[in-house]
Amino acid sequence: MTKAIELRGLRREYGERVALAGVDLSLRRGESLVVLGPNGAGKTTLLRILATLLRPGAGEVRVLGARLPGEAWKARGRIGFLGHEPLLYRDLSGRENLRFHARLHGLSGEAAEARIEALLIAVGMERRAGQRVAELSAGMRQRIAVCRCVLHEPELLLLDEPDSNLDAEGRELARALIGPGSGRTRVLVTHDPERALPDADQVLEL
Amino acid sequence: MYGKGLKPLSIATVAALALSLSLVFFYAPLDADQGFVQKIFYLHVPLAIVALLGFVAGGVFAIAHLRSGDSKWDAYSYVSIHMSVIFGVAVLITGAIWAKASWGHWWVWDEPTLVSFLIVFLMYATYYPFRYAIEDRDRQARYASVFAITAGAFVPLNFMAVRMAESLVHPRTFATAEGGLPAEMMLTFLVSLGATGLLWTTLVKFELTAKSASGQLKRLRRALDAPPSGGSSRVAPEVS
Amino acid sequence: MIAILAKDLRTELRTLQSLPAMALFAVTTFVIFRFGLDRTALSGSLAAGVLWVTLLFAAILGINRLFVAEREEGGFDAIRLAPIDRTAVFAAKATALLVYLLALELVAVPVFAIFFLDSAAALPPLALALLLADIGLAATGTLISSMAVNSRARDLLTPLVLLPLAVPLSIAATGAIEPLLGVGGPAYDRFGTWLAVLGLYDLIFLLVGYAVFDFLLED
Repeated sequence: MTKAIELRGLRREYGERVALAGVDLSLRRGESLVVLGPNGAGKTTLLRILATLLRPGAGEVRVLGARLPGEAWKARGRIGFLGHEPLLYRDLSGRENLRFHARLHGLSGEAAEARIEALLIAVGMERRAGQRVAELSAGMRQRIAVCRCVLHEPELLLLDEPDSNLDAEGRELARALIGPGSGRTRVLVTHDPERALPDADQVLEL
Repeated sequence: MYGKGLKPLSIATVAALALSLSLVFFYAPLDADQGFVQKIFYLHVPLAIVALLGFVAGGVFAIAHLRSGDSKWDAYSYVSIHMSVIFGVAVLITGAIWAKASWGHWWVWDEPTLVSFLIVFLMYATYYPFRYAIEDRDRQARYASVFAITAGAFVPLNFMAVRMAESLVHPRTFATAEGGLPAEMMLTFLVSLGATGLLWTTLVKFELTAKSASGQLKRLRRALDAPPSGGSSRVAPEVS
Repeated sequence: MIAILAKDLRTELRTLQSLPAMALFAVTTFVIFRFGLDRTALSGSLAAGVLWVTLLFAAILGINRLFVAEREEGGFDAIRLAPIDRTAVFAAKATALLVYLLALELVAVPVFAIFFLDSAAALPPLALALLLADIGLAATGTLISSMAVNSRARDLLTPLVLLPLAVPLSIAATGAIEPLLGVGGPAYDRFGTWLAVLGLYDLIFLLVGYAVFDFLLED
């Protein structure tokens, strides 16, 4: 069975600044990886490379069996990414946003609707999902972003500080979808190691 | 690495230019209508042809850059366009001088080739503000290549459109290389064309060499952890 | 592709940011021309020029805003994460822009006719010429806008780079329109030729956009 992620000597530079200097990693499916490090250590860069949003500078990168950057298209659609931005259009409602993302991933029709509703209920947003995203608080936006991230049933979750802006209730609800019990391979960047470390199978310090 | 052929190339260029100038002044006959001033033609038209070919070369290098991802093609593309824009200024100036001497006006809208060239020049002049407005270097190089390709596609279209806009009745007063030129003029013209082409190539190579040298210097400085010398605030392409 | 197009149109309908501004700009510009040129009726080349220049500059307003939502909300990421063909994004955005341009003309052209023309006979062929010109403008505008959105001074950059590119388009468009607005009624000198040039421009820039858009969305 192919590993979920394999990295050998991954480097990434921005002009003269070295963001990642030779990262090695091997993550099996279903495992959870916690990435720690101070600000500016390159955690977000790493996550974005894994998400195929950024090209690796040098080194070998394999995500879900696809070699990056050449075979990035094989991995896309199987990755759920939750970055710093919720990636929601402010002038559309939560539901409309989710429908849009569903269609981007090739889901439509009744099956998609049902899934969207189920997810909204799971994060407790089914009543407010008809409002424009701009009118929602940051915590609510984050909850909808969590839905967006798992909408297409990805095999790999890349989570950049997913608990930010979430209140205790939000965190609990999100945990079911993106937490260790979700059955997916996870890479988690966090500034709160105490909560994350107990669930981690591997830890990477940058 | 870049400077290898520079010396013989420069010598060849100087020789060709000397040859062409002597032909222009001593060999080519005087034009019956325009007299001595017509000799600007030997400067103006080769400059224009070489500049346009340079733009096309910029586009071709850009395609190579996008396909290979090797940044040296981007440097070639950038320098080609740079040099052609400079040559373009010379084209417009010599064109204006010629127009003034022939017709008494510094600029004429009636000559479609000159107008087309102006538009192409303006187009490529925007390459710089465009390029320097994009901060990330990789993205800058990629977008610049897209620009060079788009502009390259634009050039023939532009010439065609401007030509069509001119009333076909208007007489063409410039006896350009299309009309039957006497043999001496043709020879002089071809030599001038060759010399200008050599000049362009030499200058391009020169600029690439200079960039390569400063790029190596920067890298050495970085390796030694020395502070960078007053670098430019713009993000010009580095040559490795 | 349809999803992106629908999203754009829905957002625009809800917020009505670009379209009213473009239409208002066009109408106000007509008024300025009336005073700037000191004419109350226009025909021939003057009419074609005023109409096209106004439409072009109003279009630039819309083109500037085309990718702003994507840029501001990190939306490019969402599209880039999705397993879709990049060129679908180009097609969607260019079509959205085309729709905006057509909507703009739906308002601006009748107003122009009311302000400056004495008859509406020229309007149908005019619409055809404008349609072809709009397709070219949409293709080029989408291409330039997608690059400019990632740069500093993006509002300056788009018109700066777009205008020279729009010159052959303008020549062909005004060439086709001018005889239509002649004093004695619409004439069709070289109408077919100019339409062919417009078609050629459209084809070339649609192909260029199709070929290079992949590279624009990478990182």
